[in-house]
Amino acid sequence: MSDLLSTVVSAGTFEGNQELRSRSELTAKEVMREVGAVLRMSEADVALLAEVESDPGEDQTMIINMGPQHPSTHGVLRLMLELKGETVLRCKPIIGYLHTGMEKTGESLTFMQGGTNVTRMDYASPLNNELVFSMATEKLLGIDGDIPERAVWMRMLLSEMNRMSSHLLFMASNGMDIGAVSMMLYGWREREEVLRFFQKVTGLRMNHNFIRPGGVAADLPAGWRDDVLEILEMLGPRLEEYDTLMTGQPIWRERLQGVGVITRDEAIALGATGPILRSTGLAWDLRRDMPYLHYDEVEFDVIVGSYGDAFDRYAIRLAEIRESMRIVRQVLDKMPGGDFRIQNKKVTPPPRARIDESMEALIHHFKIFTEGFKVPEGEVYVAIESPRGEIGCYIASDGSPTPYRMHVRAPSFVNVQALPHMMRGGLVADAVAVISSVDPVLGEVDR
Amino acid sequence: MTTDVLHDCVLGDSHGQSVLFVPKDRYIATLRKLIDDSYTMCVDLTAVDFLTHPGRTLPEAIAPERFEIVVNLLSMRDRTRMRLRTQVSEADASIDSAFDLYPGTEAMEREVFDMFGITFNSHPDLTRILMPEDWDGHPLRKDYSQGRIPVQFKGSAS
Repeated sequence: MSDLLSTVVSAGTFEGNQELRSRSELTAKEVMREVGAVLRMSEADVALLAEVESDPGEDQTMIINMGPQHPSTHGVLRLMLELKGETVLRCKPIIGYLHTGMEKTGESLTFMQGGTNVTRMDYASPLNNELVFSMATEKLLGIDGDIPERAVWMRMLLSEMNRMSSHLLFMASNGMDIGAVSMMLYGWREREEVLRFFQKVTGLRMNHNFIRPGGVAADLPAGWRDDVLEILEMLGPRLEEYDTLMTGQPIWRERLQGVGVITRDEAIALGATGPILRSTGLAWDLRRDMPYLHYDEVEFDVIVGSYGDAFDRYAIRLAEIRESMRIVRQVLDKMPGGDFRIQNKKVTPPPRARIDESMEALIHHFKIFTEGFKVPEGEVYVAIESPRGEIGCYIASDGSPTPYRMHVRAPSFVNVQALPHMMRGGLVADAVAVISSVDPVLGEVDR
Repeated sequence: MTTDVLHDCVLGDSHGQSVLFVPKDRYIATLRKLIDDSYTMCVDLTAVDFLTHPGRTLPEAIAPERFEIVVNLLSMRDRTRMRLRTQVSEADASIDSAFDLYPGTEAMEREVFDMFGITFNSHPDLTRILMPEDWDGHPLRKDYSQGRIPVQFKGSAS
């Protein structure tokens, strides 16, 4: 058996074990290197720290697997925890269980089809994925300044509604993880109302492929304004109910306050963005600090925390739903008329009615959907603020209708790295609260 | 491509974004200087395999190689971004790890290693991250073919 195993291993490119290595295989320096790098400490300081921390013998610690199939891991995240009693000494996230090679797939889809691919990455906020992909494509095409006003405001409306639905999902899953099971029902219920609106606008509840290079796929349907107002009216009082149910409740606070603390410098060093970074008190929101679309024309507050703990991250997301509602109200007032996609024959297919009467329109339509449109050579990185942090899209084009390389900087992928740091020295029961407060979407982590 | 010089490296411009072409041997030293310039966050680190597109536009001083490491840095103080592109040859597909400067690159470097087979010297835990441990090859390389499922069109004439 061992012979067979060794041949298999040597035939492939066995690159070493992904799992958490046991303490006997590691030197203290190796264990402390990560801590030292994150805390920006000199090697001498780290050595000092390594001495102070009592090095427990192998028989006193236990390595357990949490996941991949664990209800609180939001998908197929697997954490290997080294425990001493109830205390987490080390933690290593092991990912890849949902890897489907989406970046490779993206290289064979045209820029027109690419939206169907990226929208499936962060399935809790698909419209933000489509938005960042479309913005990167438009920048390469050089048409990013010519997108019609109505399309831009529609994008903002959808992006903010999506932030609401994503954060409502967080409220539900966070509640379930901590043990407030009724919250799970309420969160999903409210999210469903927002998804119903998406279904009316885009035709689908999720994975819309609605925001496309050049604008959006269709105009808003009749009565959309009433639907949005209905959601806003419904949501306000419901959020107050959440406050009553959770925010002020002693059990809820006990479970979250002081759990999974991260400081500002650590968050920056680890590249964490979104509510994790803001919970440390740093007001960094790309919508305000590096505005895109028309975010510089609407008023909203960037919500920050002060302790960097799980409770701050919960409270920030709850408050961000309110801020998104505020933005949506302003978008309702400012929504202009006009085209919903750019009138550029290169990227926009002809309207359906023209296809029936014009041979050229039919040919044009066919060519755009089979061959796609060519995008000039170059490379570009565009980033926006998704509900989970900075989502970026790096595209290198070689002048063909498909991206030469399409890379998505997934916020969850980077944020998951903060888990070992937040969990170190905490209790195993708090691990669940910490995972939940990072709010990773595994479709995006693994891509 | 209009060019300039920053920290003895060619500074280019791509669609209004600053791109710094860093030679491989000065990669870490330049990152260190950029941290002093307030680029304190490494937002993204990825790679591109230019095997089938060798004639890409580059500044004159830069000799194209097969791989390119692309690093996106962010300065929160100045609210600016900086992109680093470093040429990595096929013969010596390795580069120094930026882990000690930006601990957040740990998973990203592992992803590049997994997908492109570029090794990062002195990375604390260089193993595959997305693919299974015993996987053969590096999927995002251009000479790694994409799997296909044959489709039979039933009822067609041929």
